[in-house]
Amino acid sequence: MSVDATTVRRIAHLARIAVSEDEVAPLQGELNAILAFVEQLGAVDVTGIEPMTSVTPMAMKKRTDTVTEGGHADDIVFNAPETEDHYFLVPKVVE
Amino acid sequence: MTTLNELTLADARDGLKAKDFSATDLAKAHLAAMEKARGLNAYILETPERALAMAEVADTKIAAGAARPLEGIPLGIKDLFCTHGVATTAGSKILEGFQPHYESAVTHNLWRDGAVMLGKLNLDEFAMGSSNETSAYGDTISPWRRNGSDTKLVPGGSSGGSAAAVAAHLCLGATATDTGGSIRQPAAFTGTVGIKPTYGRCSRWGTVAYASSLDQAGPIARTVRDCAILLGSMAGQDARDTTCADLPVPDFEAAVSRGVKGLTIGIPKEYRVEGLSAEVQALWDRGAEMLKDAGATVREISLPHTPYALPAYYIVAPAEASSNLARYDGVRYGLRVPGKDIAGMYENTRAAGFGREVKRRIMIGTYVLSAGYYDAYYVRAQKIRTLIKRDFEEAYASGIDAILTPATPSAAFGLGEKGSGDPVEMYLQDVFTITVNMAGLPGLSVPAGLDAQGLPLGLQLIGRPFDEETLFAAAQVIETAAGRTKLPAAWWA
Repeated sequence: MSVDATTVRRIAHLARIAVSEDEVAPLQGELNAILAFVEQLGAVDVTGIEPMTSVTPMAMKKRTDTVTEGGHADDIVFNAPETEDHYFLVPKVVE
Repeated sequence: MTTLNELTLADARDGLKAKDFSATDLAKAHLAAMEKARGLNAYILETPERALAMAEVADTKIAAGAARPLEGIPLGIKDLFCTHGVATTAGSKILEGFQPHYESAVTHNLWRDGAVMLGKLNLDEFAMGSSNETSAYGDTISPWRRNGSDTKLVPGGSSGGSAAAVAAHLCLGATATDTGGSIRQPAAFTGTVGIKPTYGRCSRWGTVAYASSLDQAGPIARTVRDCAILLGSMAGQDARDTTCADLPVPDFEAAVSRGVKGLTIGIPKEYRVEGLSAEVQALWDRGAEMLKDAGATVREISLPHTPYALPAYYIVAPAEASSNLARYDGVRYGLRVPGKDIAGMYENTRAAGFGREVKRRIMIGTYVLSAGYYDAYYVRAQKIRTLIKRDFEEAYASGIDAILTPATPSAAFGLGEKGSGDPVEMYLQDVFTITVNMAGLPGLSVPAGLDAQGLPLGLQLIGRPFDEETLFAAAQVIETAAGRTKLPAAWWA
């Protein structure tokens, strides 16, 4: 499988990365080189094989449903580019 | 005379205990060496005030007879580990100005044990690269040069700053991370020792994520023993990482002198890849001889799905990366570039903040996870991962204790020499290391000799899950037999 210029623009939009017109062709070439490289996986017989979901056999750790931490609002917004009263500010979303 | 920064970590520890010098002396020797080596660009950020303050505490503890396991030992920290109040960049412009208000589990464990932080080390952006050339903070230059040449060489990647700093005596040891070979390949390129422990041995909490099912932290140091000492402090249980194993940390240092008598070492025939250089093949044979001479049995084994590990990785890792890196959206931390609406702000922020290789991997990941392609790419790759792991399980079930392979296809290459046209050329660097991440196993790279141009070459040892001890024992046999690599003289100072 290979991608065309329209697909490159669509993937970039899905990935939320702005791509200029002159970046499309080089990206298309690079993505197709990678896709050509992974093509060889088609040769492997995977009939009846379970996909890996955990690399080491382990039971998911669970903790009791209690509050263990909190009160860090200042720390959480400390690195945000724009905040107000412990809220993250973003451009207007709803008209 | 050996200057303080040229000691091994183990010797420095003994010297501090014997009060031959102080932790402050040791920190100062490193800070001075770092200042002279700025041309190598191994550190993104030096933290001298913090280093001296931590050294002062260490001196107090030593004086009081209350020294902790790593008391006063100066370390470099790969800039992928979040450090409280100290800028953490992941080698990316998108995290410009980010100052974590928490400490990663691994660095927390090191400070708990008394280690001293010298600064934050350079790396490929978000650990995506094999040469340190994708860093937004410039290339790291290897302290190594080819015989009679001043061509600048790469230190490998992604932990290029860690490997270069250890090899150039700019720290006694460094933290690093390994998703496809990012500890072992730079260690091999710089004549240092690096171990990627079993997945789950070190907590991933507070380490910037690349591909969560493959990422694992580990140390790079100048000797096998030094690596064992560092891993002993870095590893440990952590309730905040649900994939961190609930296992006690063994005495890794004690395992170093165990020897390999009675062990069976496997030589996987699939690693004898087409075009493998005669030099690397000869090194591999010599490594097998060294283990045999020390009492191990060496036997050829087969890991038939080896050729598929690298292509499967380039589906799994980008898929996980595209998901993990979705958090860099200009809202919670780092860079924000305005746009005409919120989507425009996301797109402009990510276009300006991410470098080429990172964008490429996010886009590949987005593609293989998108509707209609998920089964053909992602699910198939995860099935192949099951097969890769099964190969190893069968080898271990047949009585193999550890596996010996080359660490890299060649010695270090020059800046700009690889991957500029076709990204796959750079990806092939990890052909010998990547299977280990895919199967979650421990892997260690140990220097075993020099190539014809005078550059170091490494061998890789692969172990059973949670059996890093056997790797330390076998690596020590190789280090002793091959002799410790003589690190380059400081041409940069």
